[in-house]
Amino acid sequence: MNGKQKAHIEFTLNGERAEVAFAPHKTLLEVLREDLSLTGTKHGCELGECGTCAVLLDGRSVLSCLVLGLDAEGRSVQTVEGLADAAGLHPLQETFADTGAAQCGYCTPGFLLVAKELLAHNDNPSREEIKEALSGNLCRCTGYIKIYEAVELAAARMRGEEMELPREAVYGLE
Amino acid sequence: MSQNSDHKNFKVVGKPFRKVDARAKCTGQTLFADDITLPRMLYCKILRSPEPHALIKSIDVSKALAVPGVYAVITGKDLPIPYGILPVSQDEHALCVDKVRFIGDPVAAVAAIDEDTAFDAMNLIEVEYERLQTITSIEEAIMVDEPRVHDYGDAGNVHKKVHLEFGDLEEGFAAADHVREDVFFYEGNTHLPMEQHAALAHFDADDKLTLWSSTQTPHYVHRALAKTLELPAAHVRVIATPNGGGFGGKSDPFNHEIVVAKLSMITRRPVKVTLTREEVFYCHRGRHPVLMKIKTGVQRDGAITAMDFETFLDGGAYGSYGVASTFYTGALQTVTYEVPRYRFKGLRAFTNKPPCGPKRGHGTPQPRFGLEIQLDKIAEDLKLDPAEMRLKHLVKPESVTANYLRIGSMGLGKCIEKVVEGSGWKRKFRKLPAGKGVGLACSSYICGAGLPIYWNNMPHSGVQLGLDRQGGVRVQCGSIDIGQGSDSVLAYVVAEVLGIDPFDIRVLTADTDLTPVDLGSYSSRVTLMTGNAAIQAAERARELLSKAVAEKLSLPEENLAFAERRVFDVENPEVGVSFAEAVVLAESRFGTIGTVGSYTPPRSPGRFKGAGVGPSPAYSYSACVAEVDVDPVTGFVMVERVWIGHDIGRSINPMLVMGQVEGGVYMGLGEALMEEMIYRANRNVVHKFPSLLEYKSPTTLEMCDVKTYLVEDADPNGPFGAKEVGQGPLLPVMPAIANAVYDAVGVRIDEVPITPEKVLAALRAKAQGKDARYGPKGVPAVDWQEPLKVLTPAEGGDGREMPRVAVHS
Ligand code: FES
Ligand code: FES
Repeated sequence: MNGKQKAHIEFTLNGERAEVAFAPHKTLLEVLREDLSLTGTKHGCELGECGTCAVLLDGRSVLSCLVLGLDAEGRSVQTVEGLADAAGLHPLQETFADTGAAQCGYCTPGFLLVAKELLAHNDNPSREEIKEALSGNLCRCTGYIKIYEAVELAAARMRGEEMELPREAVYGLE
Repeated sequence: MSQNSDHKNFKVVGKPFRKVDARAKCTGQTLFADDITLPRMLYCKILRSPEPHALIKSIDVSKALAVPGVYAVITGKDLPIPYGILPVSQDEHALCVDKVRFIGDPVAAVAAIDEDTAFDAMNLIEVEYERLQTITSIEEAIMVDEPRVHDYGDAGNVHKKVHLEFGDLEEGFAAADHVREDVFFYEGNTHLPMEQHAALAHFDADDKLTLWSSTQTPHYVHRALAKTLELPAAHVRVIATPNGGGFGGKSDPFNHEIVVAKLSMITRRPVKVTLTREEVFYCHRGRHPVLMKIKTGVQRDGAITAMDFETFLDGGAYGSYGVASTFYTGALQTVTYEVPRYRFKGLRAFTNKPPCGPKRGHGTPQPRFGLEIQLDKIAEDLKLDPAEMRLKHLVKPESVTANYLRIGSMGLGKCIEKVVEGSGWKRKFRKLPAGKGVGLACSSYICGAGLPIYWNNMPHSGVQLGLDRQGGVRVQCGSIDIGQGSDSVLAYVVAEVLGIDPFDIRVLTADTDLTPVDLGSYSSRVTLMTGNAAIQAAERARELLSKAVAEKLSLPEENLAFAERRVFDVENPEVGVSFAEAVVLAESRFGTIGTVGSYTPPRSPGRFKGAGVGPSPAYSYSACVAEVDVDPVTGFVMVERVWIGHDIGRSINPMLVMGQVEGGVYMGLGEALMEEMIYRANRNVVHKFPSLLEYKSPTTLEMCDVKTYLVEDADPNGPFGAKEVGQGPLLPVMPAIANAVYDAVGVRIDEVPITPEKVLAALRAKAQGKDARYGPKGVPAVDWQEPLKVLTPAEGGDGREMPRVAVHS
């Protein structure tokens, strides 16, 4: 640390009050992963190019590799670790698991949080709106299609509708 | 072993179960390599060469060592033993010893208390280089013998030259009604996994080394560590962490793995390295750029009479898998349509660029691209429908090709029929309005390499089962899940045989201390090989349980069925015991219940030198129709939709198969339109854009719609009949798109990526009445050695090389 003073912040992390001390130049990504041991948030570039590190800051998605840890002072941060609660997984987590939208799973936390932000504003997004909302997140495994299906399924379930994956999404066309 | 005849109602196989690790991956609980930390852990940074080709004159690490918080600095002299994935290419050093061969080659490494300190110290290392002339292209490597990038290889800067001939080519061309010669170029590209490579080493109090690493091949890393560190292999443990994407890019043993192991041995503390995205580009091992010339003779109905295939690979600075890659560019041309006579010439060049290696489809997408476009041109020459022409000349199931590949099941015909019908091909081909077009292409891929990377007679995959008296089952296997779902496949297969729930199974994989060897997650081998090994282990366990239960219930063993966590009388289902009770009975009778299973691929009929690349227990097949919209003003190609049929043999889990098909189409789309690993056009061979932003890959906005058809035609060698899907569906996408562009605007783009600039250049040429084409003009003249000649099976050959006839001048 070359003798530099640590910064200290208080904020809300996944709904709980948290405090943490860290080297002041650290990004929120680094603070979460290294100083708070929340390794669910991933990185693919640390240059703001891939969306892998997305978290919600006061409910809005941000690239945690581009936000200083200091900027979280007094604010509310949500990471993938805060999506599920004692009652169970978030509907998006359920549908990502159900559709195989997480292949290697490395991009998944970022997609989940950006999708959550989308559904908070739009409970019935069209395929085009989903594509638009997720266009800042790269996934190299899925071709995005299972991710769209997972978001659509979760949106329907959150609206209280019964919905299953179309047969062609699971078995292909006849 | 494969249980095909057993047409019972599957309980698990063919069902869209969740993956066994799905919840962990959706909650952030999966621990990837960089997520692991140990107390007292140090951080490593690797200094890389800024020179593309140079001698190392001196390295001064004293300033770095003096930085407070630095615990060790190492250079090439600390790791003098070379290594490499192939026994014939042991040409890498973990840190360069006396010479650097590309910008990014590792030169020195630091272990320090934190990453910032390691980084600062790394920048204080002083290296003096003496520049050498660079070798920047295939052509240059052929022309320029000195300086050599390596002091081994077939000539100067030519790494490898192969020449194989199957049957009498001249007779074949003489029998043709039409002969075409075309030249194609496939630009290199890279895997770009979202997870950067990371590794953590711990040399512990017992002088034993553990390495956690994001690797697709823990077994080969184990061997490389033992060799380079001079440790007994028994004292080295490699744990592959779940890969955040691999696609072939984590299949070599890597310098950073050896470096952190060495630093841990020196400092006696855990040491971790996580590559930056830029460093991942330098690791590379991605798709070889391939220049190719194809000469094909056909009869009027499109039947191929002979094919002469020439490939030139830009290998980059090291061997890697390159010798295998070279052979692969010539291996699988024969497994889709009948090719009665076939010649292959392949050359791999050493150049001063990051090394190329295996990327999804390993060495086969490039020749497939050329071949499928050439067939489209041939169909047009002959005024045949390209789909019908292909359908007429398919390779027969249960046959042997001219180059001695044994075909098992073959569902390509059905794949073509499905995509032709689904896409409305007959309505659209050559009939859509200007700017819109459809194109078709097909392909095939291996389900695992028939031979291991180093010569041995042992199984390619091993599985160990442990049955717990409470009814739990533990599956141990050396395979590593790279996102394809291999852990889940193990659980599904064992659950099917033992009649239990896949989520009752604890899957323990990819730990060289705890799991039997599986060669790794490459060559689409895992489902077939570990699947068969798991079936064998599970059937052996089932036998023990059957014996004990049969005795207890006084029933013949054949009467017992295993399903729904019970073992029961098929004729009288209420008579039976729970699975857990069955284990108790078996354990009481035989002692602790554990079984093993293993898989070795069948021997291939080829006996000539070079016959080791191409054979596989089974081949998957794919057919694809792409529909595109080409803007003649901007040259921009938009792929609207892809229809793809894939012959999977049988889906172990159709939902995961669909995901692999869609992911393959996605990656193919990227390679077709935008992905390229290229360098600035000067002698410095600087990577043009080692970043996720500038290396273009498809986002949600470019990804096309995909319509998938799964063709199930169980293969006798597959577990429950299953074949591969991880790589095959990528292959037909690029040529289908190129053929569709031609249908849309009448220009041939004979190379990838098909960028707007290339489309516009071809459109301009067309408008000027010139050749309406963009692509390479020719291939370099090469002094090929005499071919190794093999008579084809049809000519009565036995798979051996023909004796060479002495030529008198
Ligand atoms: S790590 Fe890539 S955008 Fe933050
Ligand atoms: S699931 Fe692997 S990168 Fe998205």
